[in-house]
Amino acid sequence: MSLWGTILGMALVTYLLRATFLLLPPGMETPGLLRRALRYVPAAVLTAIWAPEVLVEDERLLAGVVAIAVAWRWRATFATIIAGLLALYLFGFLR
Amino acid sequence: MVASGIPPLAAMLTSLVVFAGASMVASAQLLASGTPALLVILTTLFINLRFMMYSASLRVHFAHAPLRWRLLIAYLVADNAYGLALARFADHPDDPAKLEFFLGTGVPVWLAWQLAVLAGILIGSGVPASWRLEFAAPLAFIAMSVPFLRDRATVAAALAAGITAIVANDLPLRLSVVAAALTGIGVGMLFERKAR
Repeated sequence: MSLWGTILGMALVTYLLRATFLLLPPGMETPGLLRRALRYVPAAVLTAIWAPEVLVEDERLLAGVVAIAVAWRWRATFATIIAGLLALYLFGFLR
Repeated sequence: MVASGIPPLAAMLTSLVVFAGASMVASAQLLASGTPALLVILTTLFINLRFMMYSASLRVHFAHAPLRWRLLIAYLVADNAYGLALARFADHPDDPAKLEFFLGTGVPVWLAWQLAVLAGILIGSGVPASWRLEFAAPLAFIAMSVPFLRDRATVAAALAAGITAIVANDLPLRLSVVAAALTGIGVGMLFERKAR
């Protein structure tokens, strides 16, 4: 398969994954059990994406704790990123 | 992607039609090492499995939106837009402008992403590595995930998912994210039942 065919295949599977449930007929109700399970998707998936990245080294771990505290207190994305990066520099400098 | 030998035009096209960062990085590495096309596509499928869960949870809010909007919403599903929209919908379950909110987060995220990819293709990695900006991505995800910790069950779900993702990090095809999601959902539901 050519490079273009591969790209097309990647685009198709990715779009279908995104679209599956959104394109089911509107009349179909989401079953109760699935609805309950879906409540935990954002917390679980979004945490799973960053957790391994933070555990790489001590500075990252400490900066991650600072970022969680800032995110918890102020709920502001930009402030969280800035605080986390500053903490990363600080802990890297102190080491 | 360009760094692994993909032609710039193909890299930009991939970004436009696939629009999923983690799978693009992985597929570029696989293509560069001569992996068969079907395996590259299969890898993309596994890395992006989380989008299927996102689509299921977005359905709760958009099942009755017109089809053409649902087709567009599906294309715009990305970690950041999803995280921001779901946080908003949790606070305002009866918001009449959910569609507008999702487009208002999804379109800027899409545009910023495509411009960043274009900049990356044109100027390459111009930022000194000592700035450690690669850590900004996990930090952004911390900021997105924390607002979902609303009670003991969601905290338990996030903890279980985080631990699973760390333990299973060496699994191929980024299956750790899928494993973590399933573990987190299961633990969350168990805690919910206990709390009753």
